[in-house]
Amino acid sequence: MDILTIALPALGEAFALILHPTQIMYLCAGVLLGLSIGVLPGLGGIAGLSLVLPFMFGMDPVSGLALMVGLVAVIPTSDTFSSVLLGIPGSSASQATVLDGFPLARKGEAGRALSAAFVSSLYGGLLGAIVLTGVIFVARPLILAFGLPEMLMITVLGMSMVAILAGRVPIKGIIACGLGLLLGTIGSAPAGGSLRMSTYDMPYLVDGFQLVIVGLGIYAIPEVISLLRQDKPISRAGTLGGGWIDGLRDWWRNRWLSTKCAGIGVIVGMIPGLGGSVVDWIAYGFAVQSSKDRENFGQGDIRGVIAPESSNNAKEGGGLVPTLIFGIPGSGSMAVFLGGLALLGLSPGPSMIRQDLDITYTIVWSLALANVIGAGLCVLLSNHIARLTTIRFTLLAPFLFMMIAFAAFQSRQSLGDMVALIAIGFVGILLRRFDFSRPAFLIGFVLSHQAEQFVNMATQIAFARFRRSFEAGIDYIATPITISILILTVLSIVIGIRQSKNIRENIDTYTGTKRAPLVFMLVLTAYAAISALDASQITRFGDKVFPLTVALATLLACCAMLARMMLRPETDDAFIDLEAGGADAEAPQGLWRTLSWFLGLLVLTGLFGMVIALVTFLVAFFRVRGAQSWQKSVVYTAIGVGFIVFLAGILGREFPPGLLQSYTNLPWPLR
Amino acid sequence: MTIKTTARRAALAVFAASAMAIGVSAPAAAEVNLAGKTVDFVIPFSESGGSARWANFFAPLMSEALPGNPTVVVRYRPGAGSTAGANWFQEQTTDDGTLLFGTSGSTQFPYLLRDPRVRYEYKDWKPVLASGTGGVVFLPADIGARYDGDFDDLKEEFYIFGSQGATTLDLVPLLAFKMLGLQVEPVFGIEGRGDGRLMFERGEANIDYQTSSAYIKSVVPLVEQGLATPAFSWGFLDDDGNIVRDPTFPDIPSFKEVCEATAGCETSGVAWDAWKAFFVSGFAAQKLVYLPGSASDELVAAYTDTFRKVLARPDFQDISESNLGVYPQLIGKGALLAHEQAITVSDEAREYVLNWLNADYGVTLK
Repeated sequence: MDILTIALPALGEAFALILHPTQIMYLCAGVLLGLSIGVLPGLGGIAGLSLVLPFMFGMDPVSGLALMVGLVAVIPTSDTFSSVLLGIPGSSASQATVLDGFPLARKGEAGRALSAAFVSSLYGGLLGAIVLTGVIFVARPLILAFGLPEMLMITVLGMSMVAILAGRVPIKGIIACGLGLLLGTIGSAPAGGSLRMSTYDMPYLVDGFQLVIVGLGIYAIPEVISLLRQDKPISRAGTLGGGWIDGLRDWWRNRWLSTKCAGIGVIVGMIPGLGGSVVDWIAYGFAVQSSKDRENFGQGDIRGVIAPESSNNAKEGGGLVPTLIFGIPGSGSMAVFLGGLALLGLSPGPSMIRQDLDITYTIVWSLALANVIGAGLCVLLSNHIARLTTIRFTLLAPFLFMMIAFAAFQSRQSLGDMVALIAIGFVGILLRRFDFSRPAFLIGFVLSHQAEQFVNMATQIAFARFRRSFEAGIDYIATPITISILILTVLSIVIGIRQSKNIRENIDTYTGTKRAPLVFMLVLTAYAAISALDASQITRFGDKVFPLTVALATLLACCAMLARMMLRPETDDAFIDLEAGGADAEAPQGLWRTLSWFLGLLVLTGLFGMVIALVTFLVAFFRVRGAQSWQKSVVYTAIGVGFIVFLAGILGREFPPGLLQSYTNLPWPLR
Repeated sequence: MTIKTTARRAALAVFAASAMAIGVSAPAAAEVNLAGKTVDFVIPFSESGGSARWANFFAPLMSEALPGNPTVVVRYRPGAGSTAGANWFQEQTTDDGTLLFGTSGSTQFPYLLRDPRVRYEYKDWKPVLASGTGGVVFLPADIGARYDGDFDDLKEEFYIFGSQGATTLDLVPLLAFKMLGLQVEPVFGIEGRGDGRLMFERGEANIDYQTSSAYIKSVVPLVEQGLATPAFSWGFLDDDGNIVRDPTFPDIPSFKEVCEATAGCETSGVAWDAWKAFFVSGFAAQKLVYLPGSASDELVAAYTDTFRKVLARPDFQDISESNLGVYPQLIGKGALLAHEQAITVSDEAREYVLNWLNADYGVTLK
């Protein structure tokens, strides 16, 4: 009763504030800004919020909030465009959307996939707001119930999704996941700072790799290169079937799935420290495991789009809870949001719920309203933007290379970003070619850092407790929550292993000679061995144990795989090689030739800086590879470069400088 | 706020954005006038930390106070625990006043400890502003009930402390705990002091500290509910360089008082000198604004003047409280003094800290 008497007037007040025309205007401005930034891969909420941060100071709090919330709310909506249309994960929130979204686009059903995704986003966002309105009063004890062991278990649950995404040969999935985990451990250890697979002579490695680079390298580059070689539109048929109405119908048919996934999103989003990186995988895994017919997952099942998209917008709402109640950000963009709140003179924390309940509700419902506006706009746009998939890909690819390179550079603003992108992209190409599960690799990478952190910290605390008494220790690790999640994890692995054969990225398989797959496998084994050796030389136990364990497990899996390769004939699934037949083998353009275009862009950037490199690259590409006239090549180049320079100017971003720039003092953007 | 001013602000935002887009760099003018220019205020941290908040707080105020009212943009160059950005700044020679650099204790500590990643030299740079802060250590209520101003009765307890790492700002509390003779097991790897507080609230950690503004915002409510007890504040550095009670927390004893009252804790000698040096660098003079070494004296004077104007704003106290806390913002000679204190540690004290880090935490800086 007490809660109702406080909540209802505050809720009324919040609605009065939100529905004021000025606030709506700011909200729309935020939504538009968020949509335009979110469409570009690699630029998410953090870039957008940093853009408006300088204007926050001294702004009217409600207007400032409307602007920021509008921006944050639509990022997980708009990044769906690149996930579905181009197979590039727009942000960590929509990695799982790529798995089924992109195959749908290739079938020519991009419009359908997009609209289903947007309706799911909208629904997830609204449901999130409704749940939050009530839960915000009881959220505090709920959040405090999630200690390190509980968070570790959720991470493990996320990791168990590897079982279902492992592909035809489960051991290959394990190897891919292990390599992803190992890639995530490169650099200085989070706890003690020991170096792993890096030296201070290469400062770039010390900080480890960023998700943007790995996501772009593992997903985007292999797809872009492969499409480019085939020289066809993304939509194989070259036409669009299935419009946005179909997407709405699909969503309605799966409304319960959408509801459950939104629930998952709110709960996982609420737990600070987990971030958004597991939500979409857990939702995707849930969708697969709870369905009766699973044959189409991975090849364009609409449920594979609806599930992660319902969860990722709900997650943003959930993420607000720890941000507001504890003043602790649930994700990177929430951290910037928190900074913005401080500039508006609001101090999130326990008092926010008690004294500023109207402001809290304003935030929650602005989020919902922004979702409605954003998703509505996106649904209307989806059929038009889906046309991109019918354009000849050779004309689209250079712009994509430009965007990918620019996005990658934003991660650390060093030329190392470009080198890392190419190197990881090459690994991605090989993983794809030899049918190693790229989702498993990515899950491993994404969860590596937090898995290590939670394992180390939880063990340390558990040991301290056990030293005091056995009960104190058991009470800490064996809570009802950890046990429930453990049961879920076991179920998920059992069901996953049974079903993994049905979920595959490539339908047709081809095997060639034994040599190429075997050589690749030997290289992977060598890497695992070197990692193990490197880890064993670390002196600090806490920094050593995680990479060493993972490296040894990966090495073991590699050896098992090598044994299988020795014993089986060359037609076995172990020797799948996409270059041996099918679309890749019949592609009119060679792999190396195509890749060297991108390498050329990198070398040019290293010499002359990115803007000059882009101009040269684009003109040459359109003229030579695209066989366009000089006029058209120049016009296309001008449009592309003009766009990116405009964007960088607005966002206050730098371009990668080259050798030329270290000798001369050129004006921006050539600088 | 009326719609008219909001609209004007929006127009200003659009204008500023387009100004950034053009981004023309003109040759340096003889007298300091930054009209039409863009000042880059670079911080070696990401968008999400306390330094970003601090820089974004000052940026618009500086824009109003600088001669010619240039646009001031905060730029982020995170990496390698802020040493990457500082190394970058060391190489900059922009001397027309369009480049500023903001450091924090996290940039000072690697410098003091001679971290191999450090390729910057603070002495080359010209300080124009120094911002301080404080911090408070607190205990859970059950342990706090037995606390009486010294730790003599609390040394048997096993403490768990959520820490960002032994070479970060947490070096100051960890060294303090060691001097007090407490058995503290630091759980390394949390990603911000907020996470440490959450561990404390969940009962996983049973000793924690927060910087002043975070303490006021998030821990005072816990103290009021009887869930936490403040133990001591770091204290405050007075003009003569002595540590006294923090005026923000007049009722909480300083570490110096508690150390004097606790058996075995000395407020003189090498351990104390080391603690004090790192306390000053990490808290009392935590955040500094620098011009590149090539900046002229006129430029330094112009910026000092700018900050003087900012600090003299009648509403400064009011607007700064939630972003900076109530601590001195030093300019001119004060900033120079704070800068010197923040980057100075005796060889003896440094050796002591390095040995302790290696012995207790296996941390080596090579």
